[in-house]
Amino acid sequence: MSIADALLDPTGEREAVEKPRLARPTSLDGLTVGVLDISKVRGDVFVEHLATLLEGRGITVKRYRKPTVARTAPKEIEKAIVEEVDVVVEGLAD
Amino acid sequence: MQENGLIAIVKRDCPTCVMVAPVLQQLESDGGLTVYSQDDPGFPEGMDVADDTALDISYRLEVEIVPTLVRFQDGAEVERTYGWDRVAWESLTGRDDLGADLPAFKPGCGALNQEQDYLAELKIRHGDTPMVSRLVSLGAKEDAIEACFERGWSDGLPVVPPTQERVLAMLEGTTRAADEVLGLMPSNLDICTVEKVAINAVMAGCRPDYMPVVLAAIEAVLDEDYCLHGTLATTRFVGPVVIVNGPIAKQIDMNGKGNALGQGNRANATIGRAVNLAVRNIGGGKPQGVDRATLGNPGKLSYCFCEDEEGSAWEPMTVDRGLKAGANAVTVFAGYGLQGVIDDKARSPEELAQTFATSLHAVDNIHKIPGPDCLLVVCPEHEITLMQGGWDKARFHSEIMARMQLPAEDVMRGAHGMAEGVKPELAGQTVPKLLPTGLLIVRAGGGAGKFSGIIPGWTPGTPESSRPVTKEIKT
Repeated sequence: MSIADALLDPTGEREAVEKPRLARPTSLDGLTVGVLDISKVRGDVFVEHLATLLEGRGITVKRYRKPTVARTAPKEIEKAIVEEVDVVVEGLAD
Repeated sequence: MQENGLIAIVKRDCPTCVMVAPVLQQLESDGGLTVYSQDDPGFPEGMDVADDTALDISYRLEVEIVPTLVRFQDGAEVERTYGWDRVAWESLTGRDDLGADLPAFKPGCGALNQEQDYLAELKIRHGDTPMVSRLVSLGAKEDAIEACFERGWSDGLPVVPPTQERVLAMLEGTTRAADEVLGLMPSNLDICTVEKVAINAVMAGCRPDYMPVVLAAIEAVLDEDYCLHGTLATTRFVGPVVIVNGPIAKQIDMNGKGNALGQGNRANATIGRAVNLAVRNIGGGKPQGVDRATLGNPGKLSYCFCEDEEGSAWEPMTVDRGLKAGANAVTVFAGYGLQGVIDDKARSPEELAQTFATSLHAVDNIHKIPGPDCLLVVCPEHEITLMQGGWDKARFHSEIMARMQLPAEDVMRGAHGMAEGVKPELAGQTVPKLLPTGLLIVRAGGGAGKFSGIIPGWTPGTPESSRPVTKEIKT
């Protein structure tokens, strides 16, 4: 390969890793649902309403909250969600 | 390379080589001499000359001066001399009759393989570079600039294709090792090395001597306080505003005078662009991806200038930021746009402070309390008004902040028919437009015109949000 025929990659060289999604549950019966409030303004109202509706159907709900919308979730919250719930509902941005 | 005997490296474009041509013919008659020519295989005439116009032999022998004469024994170099020095040549060859009619000594010339134009190519061809990034090969007819667009590496403008030669030259602009890790670049948190920054600096159009500034700016945006992930993911307008202080600004020809925030200066334009390209490419912060800005701002292509320290009576911003005057430093501030502050009439510092304060009230929305941190860019004529009134920068700062306290009723929800505003429970109180740490002041601009500017920031600079970060430049 001649030198002019190649460029150095300016990216983080992140390989495109295909991760298959988990199959959606056909029912929430017997599952624990997490709701994550990301601290976006009024996001708490939305997820709380959702949680109440789920609980009204007899579904176990666990509530989580990020300290700030500006930063990614702390590892402790990620760990808790992974360990404690089967399904999670998260609001994204606006 | 030969097992035993002599190797001479010459070039026709060297008067000393031309002078020693008869000596080389003397040695050739003994046998065991190979002459390599760097520029003309027909020189010296009448001899059996090996072609080293590709300079590979010269590079492998690390020749610095021509002529160079090397003696090999059992495949290893045992002795060398360069230029013409009869005593040294006779000692090396074991003869005592070389160039009897020549002067005893004549210095040689620089070898072609040491010239920068050739050296970079030789290093690459011989694999002697510190770069480890993967090579992306282009098709035979593929346009390199278009290829960069197609691979998503561009900010929307053409980039300089990052060839190995260009990146190697860029790395010469810093003493820092190519594999030094500056941090993990949000949002992908991929490893950000000096080499990756150099590649993006090439693409931005930087000169190698800008590298220390670009690296300091990258270190600044990677600082936790800057909150790069948040400033990327926000729907607000901001991007990194890069302010350079210290003598390095002049050394690399930056502009802090007329049109400091405008176009036309390579260092201003490309350093800011390099930071944004690095964020985009290394961290993956792209519009329609992680970057969720509703409108963004044109400064997200590049937003970089230097403080006009020479033209100002004030201490540079680096002193406000805790460094000593004269320090080379970069400050990054998550900011957007430019709100002009025009006051042709003020002749007292009090009047001018009131103009700045009132203008600051309008940032984002006059009812947004507290508003975002702000960076004031004060023009020379306004600085003169302040100085003539006996105010220094600290006084100006404190007088503005004192004028930032607003009656809650004026900025309350529903006031002036506006839905935004502070809660009615705050009636009777005063509320601050800016946090106590929310105002930076820098001096820049042309000598004519009472035109300063406000660069509004992201949000109030609480620890959870973004705060300005200053890093000293390591040269």
